[in-house]
Amino acid sequence: MDTLLNNFDLFTEGFKNTLILFSFSAIIALVLGGVVGAFRVSPVTSMRAVGTFYVNTIRNTPLTLIMFFCAFGYPKLQLPEISYMNLAIIALSVYTATYVAETLRSGINTVPLGQAEAARAIGLPFGQTMTLIILPQAFRAVIPPMMSVFIALLKNTTVAAGFSVMEAGAVKNYLSERGEPAIVGLLWVALVFILLVGVLAFLQRKLENMWKVAR
Amino acid sequence: MASRGYRVGMTDSESAPGAAQLNAFETTSNPILADIGKPLVVVSGVEKFYGEFHALKNINLTVTKGEVVVVIGPSGSGKSTLCRTINRLETISAGEILIDGKKLPEEGKALATLRADVGMVFQSFNLFAHKSILENVALGPVKVRKRQRADAEMAARMLLDRVGVGEQADKMPAQLSGGQQQRVAIARALAMKPKVMLFDEPTSALDPEMINEVLDVMVELAAEGMTMIVVTHEMGFARRAADRVVFMAEGEIIEEAEPEAFFTNPQSDRAKDFLSKLLTN
Repeated sequence: MDTLLNNFDLFTEGFKNTLILFSFSAIIALVLGGVVGAFRVSPVTSMRAVGTFYVNTIRNTPLTLIMFFCAFGYPKLQLPEISYMNLAIIALSVYTATYVAETLRSGINTVPLGQAEAARAIGLPFGQTMTLIILPQAFRAVIPPMMSVFIALLKNTTVAAGFSVMEAGAVKNYLSERGEPAIVGLLWVALVFILLVGVLAFLQRKLENMWKVAR
Repeated sequence: MASRGYRVGMTDSESAPGAAQLNAFETTSNPILADIGKPLVVVSGVEKFYGEFHALKNINLTVTKGEVVVVIGPSGSGKSTLCRTINRLETISAGEILIDGKKLPEEGKALATLRADVGMVFQSFNLFAHKSILENVALGPVKVRKRQRADAEMAARMLLDRVGVGEQADKMPAQLSGGQQQRVAIARALAMKPKVMLFDEPTSALDPEMINEVLDVMVELAAEGMTMIVVTHEMGFARRAADRVVFMAEGEIIEEAEPEAFFTNPQSDRAKDFLSKLLTN
């Protein structure tokens, strides 16, 4: 307990940044993943190709490499400077979006074809057919796997610790510097993560109940 | 069923073209009937292949404004496919389809605009499962026709009342019976104020006791002068409401005639064979 209380500043700072990383990445990944997912089921061949290319290249690259590129590659491009925090958010979003897209695509496949046909029949163009009819139903069908994607994202934020972002995964290192026992610090970090994931699981159950689609 | 005789005086005007069956008073009071008799849907030389399979063979069909055309035929004869090509839910391999003088666009915005003018009712209802009955009906007018939500919802409630499901407006589709869902689907199509309505086997997925509640709505629509193309197995409906029966088999239009003539005196062997199978049931 002393390890936690004596270093409360470290823990709050660390988990505050973890939550910032998580929240922004989750929102961006959801939007980007929705777009990429829509690309992957588009009637236009070139759009499908772009979606497939994006998913296959990014998803097949380890997150550490993407993070590495963002943290060390981007500054070499002589482009406007972006903080490590924002670079980490970009890396996490771009990476997680591929999983969001694929999860959504499996959800899109569970929505009966007739829903899209009915939407087209009343004159909705492809974009609105997706956003008004297909995606809302697809989202509901994929809440459990989607939540797994976000839980993975939450834990993946610790990779950012390796790239100078002071977040929860980095707390342990700072604790060691302050001479605290490493194992105890680690256990506290793990415990908070379990609590955070618990919150997500709770949210999942709420959403599932709220958004049940009866057929 | 055939003896129900919804359309009063049908037997007197058997030989008259469909539009003439409506009396003069209706013609002047109903704006839908303004251009009656003008070609609205023109299908010419349409071919459709699914890989090797020749689903539609040189289809030529003209439907005039206010006309009710019933397409019948054995399953696999291409009648549903034909119905779905008219708003391009199925693409065609060759030929041309004109709606109100305009060629059916290939894709994109123009196609969406045209589809808004062609109402479609499906065999499996296809109500939007995550939206209430009211939202199902008001969605098209709000998103496609850009009407105010309040106006659209008021109009939607009136349409729902008209098809007899006004009480269900705030429920979800899954809470309704099949017959009720299909009537909502008809209201959803009507909300777009379509020039023509396509019905793709609208009663085939319904329990027998619910078929008539849907057919009654359709007969009413027909009597009001809506242009309709109806793919169905309901011969009773064909007799009650159709101006013309189109008989299809193996992807071809085999025979076209007025209902009485077709049912009492079919010309082709295929049609005779088809009708005899129905009558022996």
